[in-house]
Amino acid sequence: MRDLENYLAEALSHGGAYADLYFEYLSTSSIGIDESIVKSASQGVSLGVGVRVIAGERTGYAYSDDLSPEKIRKAARVAACIAAGPATVEKVSLNEGGRRNLYPVLTAPTETAFTERVELVKRADRAARAYDPRIFQVQASYADNLRQVLVATSDGVLSWDRQPMTRLNVAALARVNGGTPQRGHAGGGGRVDLGFFLNEKTPEHFAAQAAREAIVMLDAVEAPAGEMTVVLGPGWPGILLHEAVGHGLEADFNRKGVSAFSGRIGQQVASPLCTVIDDGTIANRRGSLNVDDEGHPTRRNVLIENGILRGYLQDKLSSRLTGAAETGSGRRESYAHIPMPRMTNTFMLAGESDPEEIIRSVPRGLYCPDFGGGQVDITSGNFVFSAAESYLIEDGRVTRPVRNATLIGNGPEALKYVSMVGNDLKLDEGIGVCGKEGQSVPVGVGIPTIKIDRMTVGGTA
Amino acid sequence: MSGNGYAERAADIVQQALASGATDAECTIGEGEEFSANVRLRELETLKEAGSRGAGLRILKGRHTGSAYTSDLSREGIRHMVRSAIELAEITTEDPHAGLPDAADLGSIPGDLGMYCADVAGLPTELKIDMARRAEDAALRADARIANSEGASFDTRVGRHAFANSRGFAGEYRASYCSLSTVPVAREGESMERDYWSTTARGFAGLENPEDVGRIAAQRAVRRLGARKVETQMVPVVFEPRTARSLVDNIFDAVHGGAIYRNESFLAGKLGARVASEKLTVIDDGTIPGLFGTSPYDDEGVPTRRTVVIENGVLRSYLLNTYTARKLGLRTTGNASRGLAGNAGVGNGNLYIERGGATPEQLIAGIREGFYVTELIGFGVNIVTGDYSRGAAGMWIRNGELAFPVAEVTIAGTLQQMLTTLQAVGSDLEFRGSMAAPTLVVAEMKIAGR
Repeated sequence: MRDLENYLAEALSHGGAYADLYFEYLSTSSIGIDESIVKSASQGVSLGVGVRVIAGERTGYAYSDDLSPEKIRKAARVAACIAAGPATVEKVSLNEGGRRNLYPVLTAPTETAFTERVELVKRADRAARAYDPRIFQVQASYADNLRQVLVATSDGVLSWDRQPMTRLNVAALARVNGGTPQRGHAGGGGRVDLGFFLNEKTPEHFAAQAAREAIVMLDAVEAPAGEMTVVLGPGWPGILLHEAVGHGLEADFNRKGVSAFSGRIGQQVASPLCTVIDDGTIANRRGSLNVDDEGHPTRRNVLIENGILRGYLQDKLSSRLTGAAETGSGRRESYAHIPMPRMTNTFMLAGESDPEEIIRSVPRGLYCPDFGGGQVDITSGNFVFSAAESYLIEDGRVTRPVRNATLIGNGPEALKYVSMVGNDLKLDEGIGVCGKEGQSVPVGVGIPTIKIDRMTVGGTA
Repeated sequence: MSGNGYAERAADIVQQALASGATDAECTIGEGEEFSANVRLRELETLKEAGSRGAGLRILKGRHTGSAYTSDLSREGIRHMVRSAIELAEITTEDPHAGLPDAADLGSIPGDLGMYCADVAGLPTELKIDMARRAEDAALRADARIANSEGASFDTRVGRHAFANSRGFAGEYRASYCSLSTVPVAREGESMERDYWSTTARGFAGLENPEDVGRIAAQRAVRRLGARKVETQMVPVVFEPRTARSLVDNIFDAVHGGAIYRNESFLAGKLGARVASEKLTVIDDGTIPGLFGTSPYDDEGVPTRRTVVIENGVLRSYLLNTYTARKLGLRTTGNASRGLAGNAGVGNGNLYIERGGATPEQLIAGIREGFYVTELIGFGVNIVTGDYSRGAAGMWIRNGELAFPVAEVTIAGTLQQMLTTLQAVGSDLEFRGSMAAPTLVVAEMKIAGR
């Protein structure tokens, strides 16, 4: 502990106002099956420390993958140079805060025998092939990691955490008589132990989903083009919230005034049916953290309440500069990266409508139960997300599947057209990866079935 | 091959793996130093400086594969990595196609490929900050509507890469990289838009003038102001080089050996067939000195080369590593690519579309109504089926001129159609990364808007 205090003092020796250390030890493993052959298996370790110094709006950052005291002190000195002047922080004394454990995983999968984990991909492969004779190609992969972190800050915070993560993915290709193949995808996991895949979400569960999606797509017709009513299914389609509002509410963009949501706190940005939450405290979820990567406990943050914009997601730098309360949203990809405000698990609260009633209310539109990825331009607010499985709605009934199409909208406008919210909130199964400024972090999303009266669908018909 | 002796260390690790029971092994060692300076509203915002290194090992026990990596290059760290890789070969399945390249395929291109410029490592910090400051300042001064900025950044990377395998290959090379970019924000009334411009080179001397970078970024942001959604319709679509490059990326995914043998590409089984307009020629060349996709050998120790992928519309070659080549009964094209861990994947060298004869202005002048695409967002490309649907922004073309900005629309079609109805290829080919394309004109695509 005394060593940590000394490193922080070194980091502040040129007059910096705040410093932190992020120690990380990461062990990872992954297994891949393709053509029913386990073709790859890999494991590894990386470790390092990142030193950050804040002086006003300035940040100095350095890291080292060598944890000897000389190398850490050297990194601290490099980061310190962002400030110029005599030291102003007299003494740093660290205190370990209270602890909780949102993912009490006794044995991280990374620490179990490989023979158990390799079975998961073999089972997924067999189940997807057994689903339907038209499935001709299956790939499955399983990856887990265990990240052990220690954060020490010049504010006196000393936090440590042990963060397990797992994910199983299945992709299946279907074809009829040598015709055009179609692909289906499914996957999931979280901060769980292996029992999750043995008892709750089995390889067969994900395999059947992937295979079913590929088979459905064999009959897909051209997707419609233009503005229409869109109904999103529950779960992963919550990626809409992540792209349409989540990124635009990250405090760094708003502090700088470059987000389409800048200066809009208290304004109506969605229909009164919409309440959007970012919650890093849900047990075992992919986006959850006991403490964020700046050492602060994560929280449940209300972003939009009954359509009114309530708050932004803060990191240390933004909350220092704007005086806003911490939200536990400072995250980083690794010790080699500077923290930024990021989402954790972002979802919309359930409403009162029966999902079937929502479909019945649509004379002509698109029903989207599954998506691929999305992206947003936070300045104009324009965002896209791409349907992986979608169907026409004709006269209140879900009818033919359509080919993949991208949906496009504008963040502060899109949710104003939400006219029905289902009572069936579902969180996704644990596959989300969010990219921002070159840094990837795991996230979760969720949404009930919702009806959006107007959205542009990018089909060809 | 001199240097820090990393090639020798990699060869040592290979020997350790053989001594521990591997029948074949290959080892990669990477080391890099990065620097980044960000300036926003003319003030220094972030400075980042650090270095790291790591080693990766892939071993074979017969036809079983295992791999491991570590950032700990101490003796104990390496011993642990070797043990880990060997342990994993126990759980993988025997794969008849797994293995290192044939000895006859191994080798390295001689001579200086211009991958490393000594001027990058010694740049004074103040100079680097000043480059970023100059680019942003030029953007802020370029137009009164540039009201804000996400800043400018100057980044450098210097690295060393070594590779050795148990068939006798050992090599090592250095590479350097520097880039300058800026993201101004334009505002007029309710409309707020950002755009960016950047310059990238292997050496400092190769960078474009910071003032030009700032000015171009500002012009791009300003011309997007007041963008509107157009009606849903079919029109010709012009991809400027920055967005045309993404089509090269799509073509790469479609000729990727892994996608071909799994039959998950719309180009699988099409060797020798006409797949595109005869105006389209696509080349992959990892040997062009100074470019970003250049290297003396690929990540399996096979020399890089020039491969004609599509020639006047006819598919001539897939891009292959040793494994995918064996699966297809073909020979590697020297396109193996990998990080530290895992089996080699397939990567591109310098993959580009050969230039045509007309300037972009001439191409636009020939279009009565059309869409000039300057930005694409999202992931709406399905390589299995060729279905294409992406978010787009750009300028509307009316009577041969860029008339007004367009946003919040999608462009859709299939890659098959887009390639076969490619109407014209511009003369403005520039390498700003390892993939490059000149302006492209596609005869007709569906725009979805209002």
